[in-house]
Amino acid sequence: MAKDFDPSGRVPDYYVNAGTSSFTQFLTHASPELLPGRRPLPPGLSADIAPHGTTIVAIATADGVVMGGDRRATMGNLIASRDIEKVHPADSYSLIGIAGTAGIGIELMRLFQVELEHYEKIEGTMLSTDGKANRLAGMVRGNLGAAMQGLAVVPLFAGYDLSATDPARVGRIFSFDVAGGLYEETGYDAIGSGSLFAKSSMKKKYRTGISTDDAVRLAVEALYDAADDDTATGGPDLTRKIFPVVMTATANGTHRLTEAEITAVAELVVAGRMENPGG
Amino acid sequence: MAMQFYASPEQVQRDRSEYARKGIARGRSAVVLTYEGGILLVAENITTLRKISEIYDKIGFAAVGRYNEFESLRRAGIRMADVNGYSYDRRDVTGRFLANAYTQTLGAIFTETQKPYEVEICIAQVGSSPETDELYRITYDGSVMDEPGFMAMGGQAEAISNVLRERHDASAELPLALALAAQALGSVGGENGQTRKLDQKQLEVAVLDRRRKGRAFRRIQGPALIQLLEGLKDVLDKDLGGVDAAPPPPPSVDKPTVSAAAEEDAASKPEAGKPAAGKPEAEPADPAEPADGVNGDGS
Repeated sequence: MAKDFDPSGRVPDYYVNAGTSSFTQFLTHASPELLPGRRPLPPGLSADIAPHGTTIVAIATADGVVMGGDRRATMGNLIASRDIEKVHPADSYSLIGIAGTAGIGIELMRLFQVELEHYEKIEGTMLSTDGKANRLAGMVRGNLGAAMQGLAVVPLFAGYDLSATDPARVGRIFSFDVAGGLYEETGYDAIGSGSLFAKSSMKKKYRTGISTDDAVRLAVEALYDAADDDTATGGPDLTRKIFPVVMTATANGTHRLTEAEITAVAELVVAGRMENPGG
Repeated sequence: MAMQFYASPEQVQRDRSEYARKGIARGRSAVVLTYEGGILLVAENITTLRKISEIYDKIGFAAVGRYNEFESLRRAGIRMADVNGYSYDRRDVTGRFLANAYTQTLGAIFTETQKPYEVEICIAQVGSSPETDELYRITYDGSVMDEPGFMAMGGQAEAISNVLRERHDASAELPLALALAAQALGSVGGENGQTRKLDQKQLEVAVLDRRRKGRAFRRIQGPALIQLLEGLKDVLDKDLGGVDAAPPPPPSVDKPTVSAAAEEDAASKPEAGKPAAGKPEAEPADPAEPADGVNGDGS
């Protein structure tokens, strides 16, 4: 940062300029080394050098959205982590879940959180839900180079839409592809290696206008089904008391289900599967 | 050839100081004071342009003087705090770090440029008790002072400070603290030295709530502010406002979500029995209300 050294002690000009309300855009001037997707990678595939996170599900409910993620991260055939957390609040009314290379995903998620908060503080108003999704799509796009070398990361974004004109559409879900494509989903969606099974599970039981409690149960069921058929997805771990992370976003803001709440739901789901393994 | 007159450095500094002071004294004032539940920031402000802002989790900003100048300082503060918090940890962003950056910047501007900034700013950091609160006053020439629990800035700051000095009580509750702030601001500027009674429309109010985890800054406006000014104690926590952000506007005719060109196309298609230039009818704004209600009071 030698170029930033100014003997007068003033903060550099680009800090004071009206410039942009975007934190990532600002970082391109201030500290480009902090941005993902700007690091030169050696040629060749690097998929197996870092842990990968797996399945995330999101469900639109009558009051908002529910998002859940399993706790496993894998490296090839190894379990890299049993208790990684892949679902986080993006701001007061929206959630982000990540699948793919865990390190890059977590960096992307943190950057996205700061991005939203930064805009809020500079402008004094929140970004619209579509605005947030577009911004995230741009950030995923920036990682395309690394994605092509096996370090892909794909987020799932869901939130309570404060400016929804239709009360039935307050919960919104957006999925992305590695190239930064942005797709709004209706009802429910899943990403990650177990997403195929999770989606089939939700397809059978999802109803429009589902209540938040039912959706939490449905999310845990879907993650159970994903873990049933996908080795990279972890199911509820009763021996170690490790259960999926489930969060909700409603008019009251975001909420992560407490240890007690999620334990109760997970135990119910497991008990149900004792009788009927197929759910 | 024009003759260059000699001006001593002292004279130059004095002139700049006087210029800056005059500029600041023309504007309306702001006060910052600690109370039992946190730090209260109040500015006399009848515009929608803000003098008070959130910088980071526990740090707030208040300023008086020229808007364009303190606005650029505010942005710089948010940017510095966010860069630091992002590259280290949220706990590593401190009020002192920001005060230092501001004092360096304002000091350099004062000595190096023709025109000094006509601003005075306050960086407030809320702690777990009134004793651990930090208030920094940074003036146009880069001097910084650590203030003891209360401070006033702007025109006739001295008179306002006197009112605060007499009656400030760090263990007072929010309605009392707000009443004191409003009285202090209203103690000057009346006709013939009369006091003024400031109402909700003339005040910009925010608190740094020491009990809140995470982002402590809350703006108080609308009904919650009226209630507080009336001295009602039981203003519900949710009425104090959620995050410091208004919800985004709902899609409507003046804020379309698609480009204007697409709208134009649809509008210019001639319909049977209607003139070709018929504009799409304004959608009723009502469906937006429930969403607004959620955050209309800032909750």
